[in-house]
Amino acid sequence: MSDMTDTSGPVLAADGTPLKRSLAKALRRQKLRALMLIAPLLLFILVSFILPIGDMLYRSVENKIVVNTLPRSVEALSGWDADSGELPDEAVFAAMAADLKEAYEARAHTRVGSRLNYEYPGISSVFRKSGRSAGRFDLESGGPWKDVLIDLDDGWADQGVWRTIQTYSPPVTSGYFLNAVDMRVGPDGAEMRPEAERIYMNLLVRTLWMSLLITFSCIVLAYPVAWLLANLPTRQANLLMILVLLPFWTSLLVRTSAWKILLQQQGVINDILVWVGLVDDNARLIIINNQFGTIVAMTHILLPFMILPMYSVMQTIPPSYLRAAKSLGATEWTAFWRVYFPQTIPGIGAGSILVFILAIGYYITPALVGGTKGTFISNQIAFHISTSLNWGLASALGAILLAVVLVLYWAYDKIVGIDNVKLG
Amino acid sequence: MAKLPPYATTGQRIWHYTFLVICGLIFFFLIAPIAVVIPLSFNSQNFFTFTKEMLSLDPDGYSLKHYRDFFSNPDWQNAMWNSIKIAPVATVISVSLGTLAAIGLSQPHVPARRAIMAILISPMIVPLIISAAGMYFFYSKINLAGTYWGVVLAHAALGIPFVIITVTATLVGFDRSLTRAAANMGADPVTTFFRVQMPLILPGVISGALFAFITSFDEVVVVIFVGSAKQQTLPWQMFTGLREQISPTILAVATILVAVSIVLLTIVELLRRRSERLRGMSPG
Repeated sequence: MSDMTDTSGPVLAADGTPLKRSLAKALRRQKLRALMLIAPLLLFILVSFILPIGDMLYRSVENKIVVNTLPRSVEALSGWDADSGELPDEAVFAAMAADLKEAYEARAHTRVGSRLNYEYPGISSVFRKSGRSAGRFDLESGGPWKDVLIDLDDGWADQGVWRTIQTYSPPVTSGYFLNAVDMRVGPDGAEMRPEAERIYMNLLVRTLWMSLLITFSCIVLAYPVAWLLANLPTRQANLLMILVLLPFWTSLLVRTSAWKILLQQQGVINDILVWVGLVDDNARLIIINNQFGTIVAMTHILLPFMILPMYSVMQTIPPSYLRAAKSLGATEWTAFWRVYFPQTIPGIGAGSILVFILAIGYYITPALVGGTKGTFISNQIAFHISTSLNWGLASALGAILLAVVLVLYWAYDKIVGIDNVKLG
Repeated sequence: MAKLPPYATTGQRIWHYTFLVICGLIFFFLIAPIAVVIPLSFNSQNFFTFTKEMLSLDPDGYSLKHYRDFFSNPDWQNAMWNSIKIAPVATVISVSLGTLAAIGLSQPHVPARRAIMAILISPMIVPLIISAAGMYFFYSKINLAGTYWGVVLAHAALGIPFVIITVTATLVGFDRSLTRAAANMGADPVTTFFRVQMPLILPGVISGALFAFITSFDEVVVVIFVGSAKQQTLPWQMFTGLREQISPTILAVATILVAVSIVLLTIVELLRRRSERLRGMSPG
C-alpha cells in the first residue's frame, strides 16, 4: 500500500506500460478485429448493392448526353436569348450542322433525339431526319446552314426546339424529377403539366392509397388471429402457427398464381358463386385485373407479416390485466378497449409499417393481377426500364419511392429497432 | 378467454363461438388459395377449375400429365436447372460472408455499429424494383448484366440481411466465456471458431442459410432485369407463363414449390426449437 502512494506515476500493466494506454491498445485491437470480420461483407454489399443504388440516384439527375453530343451548339446557344422571339443566328445553325455530322458518324443523333423528346415531344424526328442527311454535309461550303437545316426539317424553325436544347444543355438536370411529379420546365421556370398529361402523381397517390387499404385490411384480419394464437395453449398455438407460416414460406409466385386462378372469370370463386346461385352464369364477377384483385391478393400475401409481430407483442401481455379490469367492474368491451388494446399498439405499429413498406414496393403481384387500374408505381418504373427505355425517369421515380421507404424505415427503426426484427 | 369459463353468460358464449368462426374463416383465407392449387394440379383436363369428374372423385378426372409436362418440357427443365445452379451458390456467398460479419457485429466494441447494421440490412428494406433497377444499370456498366455471376451476386446481396438477422439473434444467447475457455486451453482463433463457436450457433446459421436460399430461389424481379434468357429461373418462367399463355403446368410447378417450402419450414421450425432448448440449458 505504501509503495503505491510513494510512486506518484500512473498505474502500470504487467509489461511496464501505463495501464491506461495498454487498455486503450487492447480496445483498439478489439475494435479492429471486429471491423476486420465485418469488412469483407461490407465491401461486398457496397459493391454489389449500395453502388448500384447510388448509380441509379446519379442517373436520375445526369444529363451529359446533350453537351457531349452537341458541344458546339450548346456553346453557341449560350448567347441566345430564348425570350427574344427570334431564331438563333447563323453561327448556332452552323455549330448544329457540325455537331449533327459528327453525331451521325458516331450514330449518336437518335439517342440525343430521344433524350430531348422526353421533354419536347416531336423533337426526336427532327434529329432523326436531319441526321440522315448530315452525313453528307460539306462543312466548308455547304451553308448558309440556317436555310439548309430548316429546309431539311422545319422543326429547326421552331423556337421550342432550340429552347429545349438550351434548357437541357447543362450536365445535371432536374428534368426527370420534375417529370416524375408531373411538372416541366416552362418559359417561366417549373410549371405543372397540363391536366391530361399528369400520370405519376396520380399513380403515386394510388400506390400509397392502395398500400394503406392493404395495411388496414391486414390489421383487421390479423388482430383476431394473433389474439387467438397468443391465448391458446402452446401446443395448439404451434399447430395453428403452421397455417400462418406455410403461406409465409410459400413462393410469392405460387401465391400469386393461386389468386390468378381463383379470381378468373372461369375460376373457382366464380364457379362456386354461380353454383350457389348468388351470381348468374352470364354475369360472372370481374374480380381480377382491377384494384380489387390486387388488394385481395396482396392482403393474403402480406398477412403473415402483420400476424407475426402482433403475436409476439400479444404474447407478452399478462392475461391477468384483463381479469383485473373485469373484476373492477369493466364490461368486456371497456376491458378490451381501455386495457388490452392500448398494450397491443406497438405490435400494430410494427406490423403496419412493415406491411406498408413491403406493399408500396410491390411489382410482381400488381403486374399479374392488377390489370391497368390496379398497378403500382413499381410497374411504371419497370415499364420505363424495359419498354420506353427512359432510364432517367425510371431512376427519378425510383428515387422518390426510395425516399418514401427510407422515411418509413427510419420510423420503424425508431419504434421497433432494426435489431428487433424477427424472422419465423 | 381462449377457453370459456363455466359461468359465462349466453351472450359471452355466442360471442366466443362467433369469434372462433371468424378466426376459422381467416385461417381458411390464409391457407385455401395454396390448398386449392394442389388438387387442381392433378386435373386431367387443361382447365383451371374443378371438373365434374374431379368433384365426383372419378379417377379419370385426375392425372399426372401436368407433372409429366414439367419434367419433359425443355423450357421448364432449363428453368429448374438454372434455379438449382443459382440459389445454392448465392446462399454459400451470403452465409459465409454474413456469418463472419454477424460474429464481428456481436463483439462488444464495434465502431459505428448502427450505421453498419443499417447498410447490411438495406437490401431487405429497399423495394426490389429499385434494387433491380440500380443493379441492372450498374451491372450493365461493368459487363455483369446477363451473366450467371451477375445474378448470383445480386441474389447473394439480397440474402445477406436474413443471414445477419438470424445469426446475430443466435449470438445474443452465446456464452462468451466458452471462447475464452477454449483460448485459455491453447486453441487458436480458427480452431475455437470451428470447434466451439460454430457448432453452437449452427442452428442460426442453417436457418439463415434457408432464408437466403428461399430468397434467391423465389426471387423474380431482380433476375428478370439483371439476368438474360440464359439465366431464366423457375419463378421467372412462371411469371412469363402467367403473363402470356397460362398453361396448367404452372399448377404442377406450384405444387412442387409448396412441397419444397413445407420441407424448408419443417427444418427451420425444428432448428428453432432445438436452439431454444439449447439456450435454455446453457448457463447465463
